Amino acid sequence: MRRILAVLLENEAGALSRVANLFSARGINIDSLAVTPTSDETLSRMTLVTYGDDRILEQITKQLHKLVDVVTVMDLTAKEHMERELALIKVRFENAEDVDELQQVNKVYGGRIADANELCYTSEVVGTSGEIEDYITALSAHEIVEVVRSGPLGIRRGEKALEIGHHL
Amino acid sequence: MSTELLSSQPDSDTELLTGAEIFIRCLVEERVSTVFGYPGGAVLHIYDELHKQREVDHILVRHEQGATHAAEGYAKSTGKVGVALVTSGPGATNAVTGIADAYMDSVPIVVFTGQVRTALIGNDAFQEVDTVGITRPCVKHNILVKTVEEMPLAIRRAFHIASTGRPGPVVVDLPKDVTEQKMPFAYPENPHLRSYQPTTVGHAGQIKRAIKLLEKAERPIIYSGGGVISSNAHEELTEFTRLTGFPITNTLMGLGAFPGTDPQFVQMLGMHGSYEANMAMHHSDTLIAVGARFDDRITGNLEKFCPYAKVIHIDIDPSSISKNFPVHVPVVGDAKHVLRAMIDDLKQRERALPDISAWWDQIHEWAKKDSFAYKQEMDADIKPQYVLDALYRLTEGEAFVTSDVGQHQMWVAQLYKFNKPRRWINSGGLGTMGFGLPAAMGVQLAHPDSLVCCVTGEASIQMCIQELSTCRQYGLPIKVINLNNRYMGMVRQWQDFFYDSRYAMSYMEALPDFVKLAESYGHVGVKVEQAKDVEPTLKEVLAMKDRLVFVDVVTDPRENVFPMIAPGAAHNEMILS
Repeated sequence: MRRILAVLLENEAGALSRVANLFSARGINIDSLAVTPTSDETLSRMTLVTYGDDRILEQITKQLHKLVDVVTVMDLTAKEHMERELALIKVRFENAEDVDELQQVNKVYGGRIADANELCYTSEVVGTSGEIEDYITALSAHEIVEVVRSGPLGIRRGEKALEIGHHL
Repeated sequence: MSTELLSSQPDSDTELLTGAEIFIRCLVEERVSTVFGYPGGAVLHIYDELHKQREVDHILVRHEQGATHAAEGYAKSTGKVGVALVTSGPGATNAVTGIADAYMDSVPIVVFTGQVRTALIGNDAFQEVDTVGITRPCVKHNILVKTVEEMPLAIRRAFHIASTGRPGPVVVDLPKDVTEQKMPFAYPENPHLRSYQPTTVGHAGQIKRAIKLLEKAERPIIYSGGGVISSNAHEELTEFTRLTGFPITNTLMGLGAFPGTDPQFVQMLGMHGSYEANMAMHHSDTLIAVGARFDDRITGNLEKFCPYAKVIHIDIDPSSISKNFPVHVPVVGDAKHVLRAMIDDLKQRERALPDISAWWDQIHEWAKKDSFAYKQEMDADIKPQYVLDALYRLTEGEAFVTSDVGQHQMWVAQLYKFNKPRRWINSGGLGTMGFGLPAAMGVQLAHPDSLVCCVTGEASIQMCIQELSTCRQYGLPIKVINLNNRYMGMVRQWQDFFYDSRYAMSYMEALPDFVKLAESYGHVGVKVEQAKDVEPTLKEVLAMKDRLVFVDVVTDPRENVFPMIAPGAAHNEMILS
């Protein structure tokens, strides 16, 4: 089962490595990972996607919490939440009609052309991981040169935020 | 200790101390009196400062693994934080085994490792390793100190983290230039750790649920582990057990938390536990696990473990709960607090707990198997159990006993009845051969007037035998009981059971003459070859109070440890002999 975890941790050298180590030591793959400092620069926020059953997830969540650098862990899977991922897609086109098609697809998915030259167009699109996959599929008749995805960011719906002091 | 040194205020704005001086001041603030270590290039500033002062004793080991095990022995026998100091590179890598050992057995130690200068980190400098990276999976926490300003808080945090919650090892990596930088010294009162707040007080609702289960118990058993000793909850455990009248078993790490000679004690459980303990576990309807982690050597086949029981699990580490075995009533908290709350609750109740005399009758029936029994013919080979029985009788169960790993370890656990906690010092989780002698040094230094015995085997002892030299230097009168069967006994036992007795590399050829070896280090060596000599010799050995005596006992090479639960088998599927 797919799981999405939100983690607040100390913004220190080594903190990310402790988290990564915890997964690899248990033979669990991290599917995607997005991490940046928060508005409080001493903290980083991580959105992590992994796969596992309830027992594995319970254990991973507890182990994450046990890391001294980790301030808060929340399993977003279990809450009402939203996810957004950014993708940059570079496509090679042979003729002008193809560019029209790209603009049609962009219209449907809210994408936009971010860079272009006579050979390639790079478009950007934001959405759920599923929407991004659909977007890529829609362009699959053309030569896709490169795809870069950020991995999803997750946030709880409603007024509640992930804060220091949140307990499991 | 002067009040000036205890002050956490800067002495003055103008007095600048070097990192090495500050390091010593931090140890004094943490009331560290003994450090086990070995010098080297990266820690020479620190050693120079150690040389100039008298508040912190430095014990020079002969190998860094010895330093970490000695720190563990010190910590396990006192409850205080053990401290080791080693240099960078090989100093740090040699210490890793002891760090991993402390991690597995939740031993509070702080290990200071030297590091190359900050400007050289990452350059493959001489004696450089990524100590923080290497130790990351086997520490509770580790810290690379990049400037002298970070040092006091890093050390404050290290001691706080090591000794609170579920204890464990913390590594502090100190680059050489950090120990020469200067600043005014101030020691922080507060470790300022917003992300580290262990839960100590158990949830009242969960405790009520646990009590409800006790009220319905017909076949209860208490299964307690090393966590009870870590949290100094032996008195609460004893009171709780007496109050309920329930049978109790201890894990290997939990021995001594409940008196080993008490009639409610059904002996150790697990792979080499007693018949009655394992059968009672299997048939119980209510299991009260306290400070124990359902390790595979305890549970055997998890599919068949405690099939009829409702399980209460008291543990300070939430990740221990339902990690291996799902439990019905988890109580996260310090065993001392939770047991006290349960005792108070039980005492207020009018309704007595159910009568479990039929359950006790069944347990007494199982106990008749006398599953730790052995037979010593006086003209036959010496049985290792006989030696430990004699040691137990002659020391009246009062000695501190350390062990190495293997058959001898299991026999001590079975036969030496520990009535007090922190007397039985062994490597349970990691199973580190070489642990026993250096651990005994830590115990002896912490308890200079007590009898400390190291029970070992001829294979294990050779993994840290160099520490006999340390023992000589500091006059540590440890009694080393070497059960010499010329085999790696436990390896040989598994080869007997599971590999048609093909003894691949388990035979110890070219053994040294241990008597001469001990003598060459300046100790007393004695050899025992006949059963009739065991007791009189041990008596003489124990009377040599101020000398280390190495007792080389030639034992029956074929003896195996029983009962045994083979890997994958259940508690009711023991091999009895």
